[in-house]
Amino acid sequence: MMSSKLVVALVGLGVLVSSVQAQELTGTLKKIKDTGTITLGVRDSSIPFAYLDDKQSYQGYSIDLCLKAATAIQKQLGMTALNVKMVPVTSATRVPLIANGTIDLSCDSATNNADRQKVVSFAPTMFVTANRILAKKSSNIKTLDDLKGKTIVSTSGTSNLKQITILNGERNLGMNILAAKDHAEAFLMVETGRAVAFVMDDILLASLAASSRAPNDYAITTEALSVEPYGIIERKDDPAFKAAVDGALTSLYKSGAVNDIYAKWFLKPIPPKGVNLNVPMSPQLKAAFAHPTDSSDPAVYAVVPEAQKQSLKKK
Amino acid sequence: MHYNWNWGIFWQESPDGVSTYMDTLLAGLKWTLALSISAWIMALVIGTVIGTIRTMPNKWAVRLANGYVELFRNIPLIVQMFLWYFVMPEIVPASIGNWLKSLPNASFITAFLALGFFTSSRIAVQVSAGINALPRGQKLAGTALGLTLPQTYRYVLLPMSFRIIIPSLTNEFAAIIKNSSVALTIGLVELTAATYSMREFTFQTFESLTGATVIYVLISGIALLLARWLEKAIAIPGFIASGSANTGGH
Repeated sequence: MMSSKLVVALVGLGVLVSSVQAQELTGTLKKIKDTGTITLGVRDSSIPFAYLDDKQSYQGYSIDLCLKAATAIQKQLGMTALNVKMVPVTSATRVPLIANGTIDLSCDSATNNADRQKVVSFAPTMFVTANRILAKKSSNIKTLDDLKGKTIVSTSGTSNLKQITILNGERNLGMNILAAKDHAEAFLMVETGRAVAFVMDDILLASLAASSRAPNDYAITTEALSVEPYGIIERKDDPAFKAAVDGALTSLYKSGAVNDIYAKWFLKPIPPKGVNLNVPMSPQLKAAFAHPTDSSDPAVYAVVPEAQKQSLKKK
Repeated sequence: MHYNWNWGIFWQESPDGVSTYMDTLLAGLKWTLALSISAWIMALVIGTVIGTIRTMPNKWAVRLANGYVELFRNIPLIVQMFLWYFVMPEIVPASIGNWLKSLPNASFITAFLALGFFTSSRIAVQVSAGINALPRGQKLAGTALGLTLPQTYRYVLLPMSFRIIIPSLTNEFAAIIKNSSVALTIGLVELTAATYSMREFTFQTFESLTGATVIYVLISGIALLLARWLEKAIAIPGFIASGSANTGGH
């Protein structure tokens, strides 16, 4: 708390600077200032990034980060109050809703990739995950090739679905690929035996399995199909807004304050069931926090798996 | 709004590596048509039977038929699909449940049943409305001619009432095409689902949805023309069953 005076001084400076800038606000910042509201896109079942708890309120790691960014923007704009509105989105709707201005930030578990960078921009990476396969232990799935000719499921609107679709064609696996409308329903398809496997980011798979009725029935493959950096989605071509959000998160990462938020969601029991995911911070993520980046290149974060190279060269 | 329009997207290769996005949409259209037409046939058969029972003299039969209609008409279609797909296999004996899950095209079969039952209850209401719209004398005349009750229905009441309800059946057929899109919630990649996947792979939201809209309008339009033609073809001169019946002398 030694630095609190400094912070106050900086905030004071920020208010001064921002009141100077107030005349030339544009884009999203202007909208936030004028309406007194920032709109966050949130998810129903992306545990622990953004999800609905038993009290019907939205919470999660990504939402906490977004709220930090919102607070920073409030200070920067010198607003006494900022109303935070949460709008439920799905994997499929988040990008169009960012593009048409319905939501200002999408706070969920979105992979930052080159395709998406064409239409939206991303805040500095907040998590690094891998695309893996979840199946019941009884079905004995170890690698992607074990799924030849079987029915699998992924979530509509995800990069995982796109990748598995490409790999299905590239490797002639002849899988029947179902697209579920959200993660919970995709998991239900595996649980009820409608699909043999669910292809998704490992952290989401681990969370879903941990909160299911029989956590020990499921196994996640060690074979990673891809490296997926997660970021909060921002509107493209709005540099002032991007700078505000990125600045807030960068200082959060570099100061180490992010560690507490990480621990709250990944190393401690979380609502609604008090399940502890117990996922220590990966070396890739530590590196991404030490040197914040919004790069969509998986090679920046980790060694790129063969399967990902195979699906990336296919454009 | 920052949006790059790209109408050429339909001719670009889709990620499954076999075809263009247009082919993806057309493959979805095939499922939409297969589902709509098969569910329509099922709905027409069951709906006619149930609708006829609702107009019969036997009180208990009427009550049963009314119960059927209320059951399938009042639960939202999306919920019914979910119940058929996820819940039913779990409550029947395990062996049957596993058999249901291992069916090829389980999504299609489930969607077909759900949509068929749902629409049959709506058609039943229209069939009984059609029968009730006929003058009471028709039934009496049938009896006076010495026809049994089934014969009266078969040769007098149903042929007449079907002519009356063609416009509302047309409406129902247009509805079944639209309702077939709900099948995407249980993993059937019909036209709307194909549109979604195109949208997700390309982010060309507006082009994808416009493409689907045009296709839906076309098939609804064709269905409407067919219905008009059917109405004209089976109209009985002198018996005005509906507004568009032939009134000229040609």
